[in-house]
Amino acid sequence: MTDFFTIIAVSAGAVLFLAGTLGLLRFPDTLTRLHALTKVDNLGLGLVVLGLMPQLGWLSAAKLLAVWLLVQLSGAIVTQILGRSVSGGEESR
Amino acid sequence: METGFDLALTLLLLGVGGWSILARNMMTAVIIFIAYGLLLSLAWVRIFAIDVSLTEAAIGSGATGMLMVIAAHKVGADARRVVHPSRAIHVLAGIVAALVAVGIAALAFVLPGEPQSLAGPVMERLGDSGLGNPVAGVLFVYRAFDTLLEKVVLLLALIGVWSLARDEDWGGIPGFRLFRHHNSVLTLLARSLPPIGFVFAIYMTWAGADVPGGAFQGGTVLAAMWILVMVAGVRKVPRVSSPLLRLAIVAGPVVFLAIGFFGFVMPGEFLAYPQGYAKPLIVVMEIALTLSIGVILGLLIAGPPKGEDAA
Repeated sequence: MTDFFTIIAVSAGAVLFLAGTLGLLRFPDTLTRLHALTKVDNLGLGLVVLGLMPQLGWLSAAKLLAVWLLVQLSGAIVTQILGRSVSGGEESR
Repeated sequence: METGFDLALTLLLLGVGGWSILARNMMTAVIIFIAYGLLLSLAWVRIFAIDVSLTEAAIGSGATGMLMVIAAHKVGADARRVVHPSRAIHVLAGIVAALVAVGIAALAFVLPGEPQSLAGPVMERLGDSGLGNPVAGVLFVYRAFDTLLEKVVLLLALIGVWSLARDEDWGGIPGFRLFRHHNSVLTLLARSLPPIGFVFAIYMTWAGADVPGGAFQGGTVLAAMWILVMVAGVRKVPRVSSPLLRLAIVAGPVVFLAIGFFGFVMPGEFLAYPQGYAKPLIVVMEIALTLSIGVILGLLIAGPPKGEDAA
């Protein structure tokens, strides 16, 4: 049952990674590419982490969760910085 | 399954490596090189060299990558500094690089006799040092002299960078010219991430005695946090003439040398540790080294001191 959950969640995460990469390559401009990429960061990595957590002890699972949270923080901020530099306004909003 | 993964990783490494050589644009080449470093650290994990993998990701990909991004940015911004070597030089450089690669590969294949692993004897005596991580044991017990020189080389590199400063700028503030504009989102990151990063750097250094980690990896995390703080402008970049800064830079090598010379007194040999005190002394050295490595790497990336008027 645990293995089944892991397979489903990690596979779904991998599909999101694939879709995000496809979007990065195919979308026309920087903002839409960022849009594709953030889904990979949030949901893709989140699903992989969620799938792997039941396979580990609580300490390792907590470490994985911490990795995901840190990626959330840095991902969100890097996306904001890139987005702002593309749209031109330094402190527009 | 695992062979398939290794094969794919190897092909990817060769492909990405070749791509970074062939890339037309300097900045593109640098960014591909950073990705190459990350893939390489994955390869180190596959052969169970976690310490090397961490160092490759932190230094080879992170710190070196950042230095190269800055270099490419500086050179690319000034068309006069972009050199276009002739085709003959390209070919010549390619031939020399290929010869070096073939030479190293040949050496690996024609090793004289059966390779003798020293891993057994090291693991047998590792307990005497009180350390649990064989890599830290080899670095600080068997090859302490190499490790000491490694840190001194870092110091020399920093002096090399500083000596690029103009005479009138000497003693001034290292110039970060990449991100001069204020950015509130970056400020948020520079205020929220360093507390986590500092704790993580301390953990990495401390855990390095027993599991993969250590001064270099911890120091790089420290440097990354400091660079973030400096780039976001949360704290000012210190003057290179600041006594406190200079103390932090030499702390690691000085503590290392002091403990090394103390070896003459106690067990009677340079860089030897008194019986039973090996682990505490090594941990003290690692702490001092972490501080120095962090500060030196941060300053290497900050660049040579510049006058406040010279943009």
